[in-house]
Amino acid sequence: MHDNIIPMLGVVTDIRTDTPDIKTFRVEGVNGGKCFEHMPGQCAMLSVPGVGEAMFSITSSPTVKDYQEFSIKKCGCVTEWLHHMDVGQQITIRGPYGRPFPVDDALLGKDLLFIAGGVGLAPLHSVINYVLDNRSKYGKVDIVYGSRSKEDLLDLPEIQSVWADPASDMKVHLTIDREQEGWDGHVGFVPNFVKELDFHPDRTVLVCGPPIMIKFVLEALTSLGFEKTQVYTTMELRMKCGVGKCGRCNIGDKYVCKDGPVFRFDELDELPAEY
Amino acid sequence: MMKKLPLEQLPAFLKGISETKTLVAPVEKGGQVNFDLWTEDSTLRLDVLKTVKSAKGAFFPQVEDIVHFQMQGKNIDIHPAEVLTEDFVLFGVRACDARSFELLDRVFLSDPTDPFYAARRAHGTVVTLACNRPEETCFCTNFGIDGADPAGDLSAWMTEDTLYFQANTEKGAALVAGLADCDDGEITETQNSIREILNKLPLSNLNLTGFEGDHLKERFDDPRWEELSRGCLGCGTCTFVCPTCQCYDVKDFDSGNGIRRFRCWDSCMFSDFTLMAHGTNRPTQKERFRQRFMHKLVYFPSNNDGIYSCVGCGRCLEKCPQSNHIVNVIKTLGVKEDA
Repeated sequence: MHDNIIPMLGVVTDIRTDTPDIKTFRVEGVNGGKCFEHMPGQCAMLSVPGVGEAMFSITSSPTVKDYQEFSIKKCGCVTEWLHHMDVGQQITIRGPYGRPFPVDDALLGKDLLFIAGGVGLAPLHSVINYVLDNRSKYGKVDIVYGSRSKEDLLDLPEIQSVWADPASDMKVHLTIDREQEGWDGHVGFVPNFVKELDFHPDRTVLVCGPPIMIKFVLEALTSLGFEKTQVYTTMELRMKCGVGKCGRCNIGDKYVCKDGPVFRFDELDELPAEY
Repeated sequence: MMKKLPLEQLPAFLKGISETKTLVAPVEKGGQVNFDLWTEDSTLRLDVLKTVKSAKGAFFPQVEDIVHFQMQGKNIDIHPAEVLTEDFVLFGVRACDARSFELLDRVFLSDPTDPFYAARRAHGTVVTLACNRPEETCFCTNFGIDGADPAGDLSAWMTEDTLYFQANTEKGAALVAGLADCDDGEITETQNSIREILNKLPLSNLNLTGFEGDHLKERFDDPRWEELSRGCLGCGTCTFVCPTCQCYDVKDFDSGNGIRRFRCWDSCMFSDFTLMAHGTNRPTQKERFRQRFMHKLVYFPSNNDGIYSCVGCGRCLEKCPQSNHIVNVIKTLGVKEDA
């Protein structure tokens, strides 16, 4: 009866350093296995008692059977603490929260375009691997991903060995903001790269990144002929309860924790521009 | 059938309740009247119309523990806080605060139900009291609330020498089962006199038509928020005296003997309410002020069958140090522009 606001125990069984400020944490229940089932795009509240609790998107795909992973950028109290802990540390976890990407509904059979910037790849990572594990249910897949530098590209080993592998039948387009020694790939910001790649506007798009990137990506897509009804994103606001009661993530008549975090752009148009 | 109790027997009646149940009533402490534990030594103030804080704390306390943690090395023990298991009586609630419980129910009892709030609601019996002397700051009538006919499990009317009770639920009836029966007509005069005052109150007929219908973005983008919010100190007093404000914070406190995770009232008027590592989506007091009133007058109704999240208790009118209150907002934005 308590379970919507009372957390359960989780154990951090693996910590991977992805970039200078992003680590990926593997979390299992105390007796092994996943703490709960989720769908791509859903979030969970992680906490370190005494430090605080914060909402994170679940990075791993639901098709991973034994654990959940969270790619977390160091930027505040809780994340700072998480970045300093060791494997074997217990944390608390509750969830899953929110409306997922419509992977078994509106995305089925569609040609997909994923656009991510920086740690914004984290929530899309779950969808991409879900699509990969159910590859025949979806059409063409392109992934555009950019970061400040090559060191800041999240999950680069997995991107290169799995997503970019011809067997995956997905195309990966990487870019970094500025020229860098040892990088012979594309250089430039994500929105311009999207325009250059000139995607056909029949794609269904999933975009996540810094707000400024999302804004210009949307402009780029519009110039290519995309409609807002084809574009999904996931939002991040301060949250405390995760169940639409504490009031923090209220935007218009929506609560991002339960009505989102995934929204289609035409749905966002209905809301006050306060996010 | 109504029941009645001579006023001089009220202390004995309350003592009888308090022998088996926790009794919470408007009592005076340190010069302020608030809903608090009643004992024989309490100074009961049924004559005071508006407690400083509303009665919501009986169901949604200002601070309450939700979980305790014990940390041992890398391990954590989780001990959820207990939900209330004992019955209590909340006595002397006015019609406006009684309505606020229905609004809070829509938040805390909607899926997923809040276990702490739900337990308090299940174990609480609400005894309301009609408002003999509604004040100039009262504007409950705008929200369909009748100070002469308050809701609750048991409604009460007070005359110079008698308390009359009307049970609305079995819980309410059980409290007054031992009292003498009386005729419904005995409170008619009291009710008429209350309604006569209510009709004459300066804020009894506010125009809310501007908030009706689907004009969420228009209302949000209204340029007059700038002027309305000017002077707002962001002190949050309105929120803390408000019977319907229900936003909360969750915090951890290391007691030295384990960690208490508690929740406490919070205010969207505070600058850090939505502050994240990368900044805030409501950078100035204008956005925070707008959020509070848009939520009460537009967002909440949009999700709750058109019901406003204000009960017109008027506490914020009395307590706002700048007189930047909801009635100003209603008077400015409530009038349909094209009407």
